[in-house]
Amino acid sequence: MLKDSDRIFTNLYGLRDWGLEGARKRGDWDGTKALLEKGHEWIVEEIKASDLRGRGGAGFPAGLKWSFMPKQIDPKRPHYLVVNADESEPGTCKDRDILRYDPHKLVEGCLLAGFAMRAHASYIYIRGEFVNEAKNLQAAIDQAYAAGLIGKNACGSDWDFDVYVHRGAGAYICGEETGLLESLEGKAGRPRLKPPFPAAVGLYGCPTTINNVETIAVAPTILRRGGAWFAGLGRPKNTGTKVFCISGHVNQPCNVEEEMGIPLKELIEKHAGGVRGGWDNLKAIIPGGSSVPLLPKSICDDVLMDFDSLRAVRSGLGTAAVIVMDKSTDVIAAIARLSHFYMHESCGQCTPCREGTGWVYRTMQRMVKGEASVDEIDRLNDVVGQIEGHTICALGDAAAWPVQGLIRHFRDELEARILVSKGALTSGRYGFNPGIAAA
Amino acid sequence: MSGNGADQGASFAFAPEAIAKVKAIIAKYPTGRQASAVLPLLDLAQRENDGWLSRAAMDHVAQILDMAPIKVYEVATFYTMFNLKPVGRHLVQLCRTTPCWLRGSEELRYAAQQELGIGLKETTGDGAFTLVEVECLGACVNAPMVQINDDFYEDLTGESFRELLRALRRGEKPAIGSRTGRQGSCPASGPTTLTEIERR
Repeated sequence: MLKDSDRIFTNLYGLRDWGLEGARKRGDWDGTKALLEKGHEWIVEEIKASDLRGRGGAGFPAGLKWSFMPKQIDPKRPHYLVVNADESEPGTCKDRDILRYDPHKLVEGCLLAGFAMRAHASYIYIRGEFVNEAKNLQAAIDQAYAAGLIGKNACGSDWDFDVYVHRGAGAYICGEETGLLESLEGKAGRPRLKPPFPAAVGLYGCPTTINNVETIAVAPTILRRGGAWFAGLGRPKNTGTKVFCISGHVNQPCNVEEEMGIPLKELIEKHAGGVRGGWDNLKAIIPGGSSVPLLPKSICDDVLMDFDSLRAVRSGLGTAAVIVMDKSTDVIAAIARLSHFYMHESCGQCTPCREGTGWVYRTMQRMVKGEASVDEIDRLNDVVGQIEGHTICALGDAAAWPVQGLIRHFRDELEARILVSKGALTSGRYGFNPGIAAA
Repeated sequence: MSGNGADQGASFAFAPEAIAKVKAIIAKYPTGRQASAVLPLLDLAQRENDGWLSRAAMDHVAQILDMAPIKVYEVATFYTMFNLKPVGRHLVQLCRTTPCWLRGSEELRYAAQQELGIGLKETTGDGAFTLVEVECLGACVNAPMVQINDDFYEDLTGESFRELLRALRRGEKPAIGSRTGRQGSCPASGPTTLTEIERR
């Protein structure tokens, strides 16, 4: 198990003072000026050496992303750092704890990351529903300004740096980085075609890097302790620590910071009090937020929680939001709810997603009741395959993957539900209970 | 916009105390990029207008930001947090997505409907409560949960939710967060980590 001394988010539960004084006692804002004096390139190289991969879901190497920013500043095109705090992936509530209980880690990270990419301003786009979290964050920013840590001549470094909070207004799609930029510019959050990528043409047409809250908030600790320290945790290319969110049918749902690559079973048993009714009562787990395919118990038994291990079993680490379902779960209804989510959140600009997510939800509703034919399972698989990869942004893929996972691992259950409803099967463990199936 | 049946209000203007807030919001964005302030100004207007956005309020924001009104309507209709018709004093938003559903969000919906005597998307006769279902609110390890106006109430049961609604009806201000007394996202029986660090 990860030692407490290697944990970054030492106020994850808000048991201590989240303000500047408390943050300084925990080591935040310690020697920030000296880190800045090492220069833009040193910071980028140290983050590269840490092998930090983005914590928002896609897992792109953070240092490499930062290095895409232009090395020279065109005075007409200032650089921007934008922090994605639009945390909305079902199952995910980790950034919320950073925003409300460890906000100085994020503010200091904004300065260091922003300086590394030669930006003088950053916008933190926080989901609109996080009203109280935004208040804590703004209070931390105000404290940092008052202490001279940000603003003019931040930390006495001769670098001016502003941090602004921008609240969203309820749209999952604004967590997609270019949808977020559109929203930040005052428009509906419809994702942009790429290329051009934001590092070339981003906010207001200027070079921009968008990173998740956790990615930016771990940066100061990595720079203080060294990229090699972070890289020494976890496994190669899957390094460091990670905040996991464990929800659903466990005895003690919680967030916890653990070492990347911890076995899924160990994560749940050590921190979340185990699966309700014991590990053998497990049916399936969605290991990385609603967008990644679920895994049946047989895979959960020994899979490791990191990007490459989960990809190898055709799922993903995503946001590391672990949604646990025990054997009482109507897994078809559980996925149908997610299909409703994607239908609701589709921005509507690409036809395969706009039309497809509605079609998928309606079909899934019939699958829940068994009011379908067995052939339709293949048709459903075919249609989600037509959404996947045919849209501007990844929401189409995200709508497809949960359904693909269901068909891959629980096809027998889908078929049995249909046969039971037709009277062709009358008993057995797939008995349909209309009381729990309403989706 | 005009078809939602609500009286759209003859006029709307920010109160004098709000004007300073409006200026501070616009100042966050570069010159000429004031359209970026449309979400925060619509939010402020909604707060100044009993929790909903009338046509007059949207037009006022458009005027301040030098935007075509249609651009503001497009934004107001895209984002779920903008209410385009009046809502009750307590806007009760039930999270319906899978992590909450696994832990009993259906029970909360049933409890609210029983307690308030209304269905989804309806407002009580006294204007105190509006009940809606929403997608994931991002507090999944404290499921099931609801948001009422700005505040999250977490780790609910049907019974504790009914009690919460009764307390609001009595005009009380119930403590926000977990209704079981749990601290944040910490395991209910206490932390399994961060125990070696001195508590400060």
